[in-house]
Amino acid sequence: MATEMAEAATRVVDLVVGVAGDTGVTPGIMTTGEMLTLAVSRVGYDIYTFQTNPAEIKGGQAWYQLRLSDQQLLSQGNDVNVLIAFDEEGFEKNEKVLADGGVLIYDASAYEPHPSREFRLVGVPMTKIAREQVRFPLAKNMVGLGAAAALVDLDLQVIRRMIEQKYAAKSMEIVEKNFACVELGANYVRSELGLSPIVRLKPIPRPERLVLSGNEAISLGALAAGCRFFAGYPITPASTILEFMMRELPRFGGVALQMEDEIAALASCIGASVAGKKAMTATSGPGLSLMVELLGLAVMAEVPVVVADIQRAGPSTGMPTKTEQSDLNLALYGGHGDAPRVVVAPSSVGDAFYTAIRAFNLAEYTQGPCILLSDANLANRKATVDRPDSQGVKIVNRLLAPESDERLPKPFPRYQITMSGISPYAVPGMKGTYFVATGLEHDEYGAPNYTPEVHTAMSHKRFRKLESAYANRNGDEWVSLYGARGEADLGVISWGSNEGVIREAVAQANAEGYKVAFAHVHVLNPLPEKELKAFISRVRRVMVAEINFAGQFAHLLAGRFKIDPIPLTKVSGTPFTPQEVLDGIRDAAA
Amino acid sequence: MATATVELKPKDYKSNVPPDWCPGCGDFGVLNALQRACADLKIPPHEVVVVSGIGCSSNLPGFFKAYGLHGLHGRPIPVATGIKLANKDLTVIATGGDGDGYGIGLSHFIHGIRRNVDLTYIVMNNQIYGLTTGQVSPTSLAGMQTKSTPSGNVEEPINPLMLALAAGCDFVARGFSGDTKHLAELYKQAIQHRGFALVDVFSPCVTFNKYNTYDWFRQRIVKLEEKGHDPTDFVAAMQEARKMGDGEVPIGVFYRNPNPRPPLDERDPVLASGPALVKRPMGITNAEGRKLIEELM
Ligand SMILES: Cc1ncc(C[n+]2csc(CCOP(=O)(O)OP(=O)(O)O)c2C)c(N)n1
Ligand code: SF4
Ligand SMILES: [Mg+2]
Repeated sequence: MATEMAEAATRVVDLVVGVAGDTGVTPGIMTTGEMLTLAVSRVGYDIYTFQTNPAEIKGGQAWYQLRLSDQQLLSQGNDVNVLIAFDEEGFEKNEKVLADGGVLIYDASAYEPHPSREFRLVGVPMTKIAREQVRFPLAKNMVGLGAAAALVDLDLQVIRRMIEQKYAAKSMEIVEKNFACVELGANYVRSELGLSPIVRLKPIPRPERLVLSGNEAISLGALAAGCRFFAGYPITPASTILEFMMRELPRFGGVALQMEDEIAALASCIGASVAGKKAMTATSGPGLSLMVELLGLAVMAEVPVVVADIQRAGPSTGMPTKTEQSDLNLALYGGHGDAPRVVVAPSSVGDAFYTAIRAFNLAEYTQGPCILLSDANLANRKATVDRPDSQGVKIVNRLLAPESDERLPKPFPRYQITMSGISPYAVPGMKGTYFVATGLEHDEYGAPNYTPEVHTAMSHKRFRKLESAYANRNGDEWVSLYGARGEADLGVISWGSNEGVIREAVAQANAEGYKVAFAHVHVLNPLPEKELKAFISRVRRVMVAEINFAGQFAHLLAGRFKIDPIPLTKVSGTPFTPQEVLDGIRDAAA
Repeated sequence: MATATVELKPKDYKSNVPPDWCPGCGDFGVLNALQRACADLKIPPHEVVVVSGIGCSSNLPGFFKAYGLHGLHGRPIPVATGIKLANKDLTVIATGGDGDGYGIGLSHFIHGIRRNVDLTYIVMNNQIYGLTTGQVSPTSLAGMQTKSTPSGNVEEPINPLMLALAAGCDFVARGFSGDTKHLAELYKQAIQHRGFALVDVFSPCVTFNKYNTYDWFRQRIVKLEEKGHDPTDFVAAMQEARKMGDGEVPIGVFYRNPNPRPPLDERDPVLASGPALVKRPMGITNAEGRKLIEELM
């Protein structure tokens, strides 16, 4: 808490920029936001983005939000300070989020805004400049980018390097034209309008950091964990993991496949893992729904496998591009029978790298499925992260049985009952042994067996493996604690991508004099009971924050810890803002 | 596929679990023929993986001494795909029933052929759902009375061989579990074929299919090789594959593409250019990691 308050106090720059418009009319809307993001991060600032793509494949209103600061950022922020709106609809739709006195940069050749509140209006004839001065109307968004750069005093040469990176392979002419638009936009603001910058983004010297999306971080983590088989089926917002793996896995000696459906995707991962290779698939809710029967197989046959579910708003096809945390119940309980599985959730882009490794480690340790629950918010948004450290992380591999020299193989006790529940693994091709991995209830050798004794003992064994994973977590932090350390009036509990925004709101609440503690849970099954019990016992009231209607995690905690938590939920398809969480805390603490 | 230096006999592929099929079930013949084929090809048992779905037929891996996976109804092909791609040195045999492969798993069958992973797919086609005690199957003949078609099947059966041929399968065969010697020869060719190979086997269910009995088949079966069928002739293969139902029932190799497509492990640059995935190191070198991160900066 002390550090968080200190952090807020030393923040010199904290600015939110929004980019809005119809991608059918201005195709480069997202590019504008992305280039600004990369440029700002290049000069050393922390960035945190939020974007909504239009539902239409081409055209429709898009939104790109970039928060930037000289200090670490935990959320996308609240109101927007600078709005770049390329068309009138883009302005009108987003006027409400523009702070009083905020800056509106608009295409003066497209429209004249009629704001209902006081803003600083910066009209730049973007279309006209791009068409008449550069003869490249497609790059009008670059004029807008230049105007924004001038207002934050960003070194244009940094933007030039971004443009080169993106277009140099195509042609230098395109690079020159794009950059000319940037320069003209900046000059227009400086000379024609005579405006001086609202902030100056002086370069901050620091080691270069990565700008990653959550999906990229998950993919990198999987690679670092030893994943060398990937199979997927396209689905928003998980497809970028499939694309990343199809592109990168071959370079690391792995195989990635696009299968005919999600069932085939997970089935082939199970096959690859049975054969001894670490495997992962990535999907979203509809795909996870199709996979549940196979999750049961992975539990019963005891096959390590990682399933990344990048949640989107449901049910059914729902809102494919919008975020939600409503697959928790499916991840925890989806499927028939008693099928214990590990469920983990990344809390930020940086954490997604380590969570992917944790997912593989737990899958390998427990020899069963591990579901990684991310969401659309984390999937697409970019954040600055320190270079992932693959050297410092611990990699767990499944317990292997020794090979023997028998000419003819002997039956192998693949499902041997042990204290930990974990049995040595024999990989097909290993000499001297054989067994059948099976989805039927089975004895220690894998032979079908439906007796009461065996089903009881094997059910215990399967659950015991998860208890062993918890007992052997060896300093791996399954819950992160923030805010008030001792007794508190309110204890917020959350999971997944809400960690940063809640940290920010809790710090603010404590600065205002409330006494609030925060526990963020990284492993959702097996639940870190001890840590949560200790946390619950030192707070007067528990509030559970999550992006779903029913309060799925709140219900789980209510049942498990016999508490009556206050739900803080939201189902608008967008993540919490710090203000919303702060309001929730104030209401609950009042 | 490695071969053993020492002699292997069919009984060396017998597991310690005795088959639980009804006496007289066609699947015994399928199992015996597979044990004979593996022995003849001298594939060490620990280098074979038999993957199945769910059904009476899918219980086969438990009775076969080799590694196995008894998975989900309809899903043996994608599971076998993962196994083979992770370890291309294994002989991977996918197996199951007609309901498993031509009903619930049909899309994997077609896509498996398209993907052309080096698998042998053996379907124990008894034209009935055996394990669930006798309902109609996608290969049940029209008019057939079953528990779920009490007044006779009003639908026409699917033709798996024509489907396989149309989908581009380079090795298409059909056997009869009443003739295990002939069947073992088909398996041997299928296993040796590099790519997806189909062996559909008429494997009578003596308990629930009272129509397509051993006698019914014996009266109709014609061996393609005996009637001079040219298995490299695609059109002739299609014509023979059309023969179903009450006419003659051809068995043997329908089609063997003289210019087969290379299997996936030869097309995939990673698999084509090195040892099996499982025989490669797991980790990621510092240099590799740094290079990727540089690219992402
Ligand atoms: C998803 C699912 N649906 C239904 C079943 C029930 N079921 C088990 S076997 C089977 C059909 C078996 O028929 P077939 O594949 O032809 O095998 P056979 O028993 O005839 O050898 C069915 C429907 C199941 N196990 N899983
Ligand atoms: S029910 Fe039919 S298919 Fe099943 S074991 Fe008996 S005879 Fe074989
Ligand atoms: Mg059948």
